Amino acid sequence: MGDPLFFEFNNEAPIYRQIADQIEAGIFTGVFPPESQIPSTTEISRQFNINPATVLKGMNQLVEKGLIEKKRGRGMFVTTTAQKQINQQRQDEFFDHYVAAFITEAQQLKLSKDDLIALIERGYQND
Amino acid sequence: MTELTTEHLIKQFGNRVVLDDINLTLKPNTIYGLLGRNGAGKSTLLSILANQISASSGTIKWNKTPLTGRDHSLQAIYLMSEQNLFNKENRLKKIMKDTALLQGAFNQTLADKMLADFELNPKQKINQLSTGYRTIFKTIVALCVPADYVFLDEPILGLDANHRVLLYRYILEAYENRPRTFVLSTHIIEEIANLIEHVLILDQSRIIIDDDLETVLDHSYQISGPKEDVLAYCQELPILASEQIGTLYTNYLYTNYLYTELPADRVIPDRVAIKHVDLQTIFIKLTEKGREQHV
Repeated sequence: MGDPLFFEFNNEAPIYRQIADQIEAGIFTGVFPPESQIPSTTEISRQFNINPATVLKGMNQLVEKGLIEKKRGRGMFVTTTAQKQINQQRQDEFFDHYVAAFITEAQQLKLSKDDLIALIERGYQND
Repeated sequence: MTELTTEHLIKQFGNRVVLDDINLTLKPNTIYGLLGRNGAGKSTLLSILANQISASSGTIKWNKTPLTGRDHSLQAIYLMSEQNLFNKENRLKKIMKDTALLQGAFNQTLADKMLADFELNPKQKINQLSTGYRTIFKTIVALCVPADYVFLDEPILGLDANHRVLLYRYILEAYENRPRTFVLSTHIIEEIANLIEHVLILDQSRIIIDDDLETVLDHSYQISGPKEDVLAYCQELPILASEQIGTLYTNYLYTNYLYTELPADRVIPDRVAIKHVDLQTIFIKLTEKGREQHV
């Protein structure tokens, strides 16, 4: 079992959501590959001195999203489709957060669609 | 599952009201944080619940049946407190043995493991221990008794940082191995904030907060920016305290029954930042002296 030391907590969001977010990030970046076991509620709870009910609530969010599943008597495992699902979700978020905002800003700056495409091309050339 | 409830509990010492109309329900298998400033009545409340002292009036119910005097289920509720009820001349070993007889059982395996981890020698006498080690020993005993309700009054008094972390870990381990209700009463709020599920705040003899930790944090806000903008935004909102550092003005607020959340129709001015605060911050703001109204 890998050391789940990548957890870092702040006051900005409820702890259970931070737990869910950080495990999700671990699945996305491949720290927890498909079908691998993730740290148990007990391990996370003891390592970070967090109430087990809080940890479980975070885990349950991931179960509901279909990112992890419980295997009886063995623990929690990453589902085969988890990484794809997160990737899709992040692409959707990318559109909502960046692309939509980017277009609004461009319209305010009176940049046309063609201007924008040209700018994106330039961005890739500089890459 | 058995609940422990209080109805209109009042405790007076002479003319002084120490607990005023306490109505609580402690649920099974939950870790509570009982927070309050010095003299708020935390120890008195725990002592009454554990039947070590009696209330002036009001009822305590165990599984909906009122408890009176000796009916109190001694083995189901265990209080670890600052006051030492052990014979000071006794060795730790003897105290554990006596506790086993009194409580009907004792998890000696866990006790031995904890004694070794904290480097306590069971052959020592309890009066030879420092304050910190005495607290550790009393907490070890409290984790090893079979009670379903364990009250830990200041379980980290005099402990250094390493020992505190070790102790939190053992509390969680004990809880996971055999779920039970813990009530942790402490001043070091920051460290236990993630350990607890439910928050009770006792202030000036009354319970002012009785909610899940998440709900409490959800209701707690810090609103900062230029003074006029902050004041304009916060009109009529339940402000607990204000601060000014240079031109930065901050209001702390706890949303209540009038405003369960910040009004969605109110526009947040550009230069105003709103964020949630941690348990310790909101605790301080809620219990600051000179506050005129309760939430």
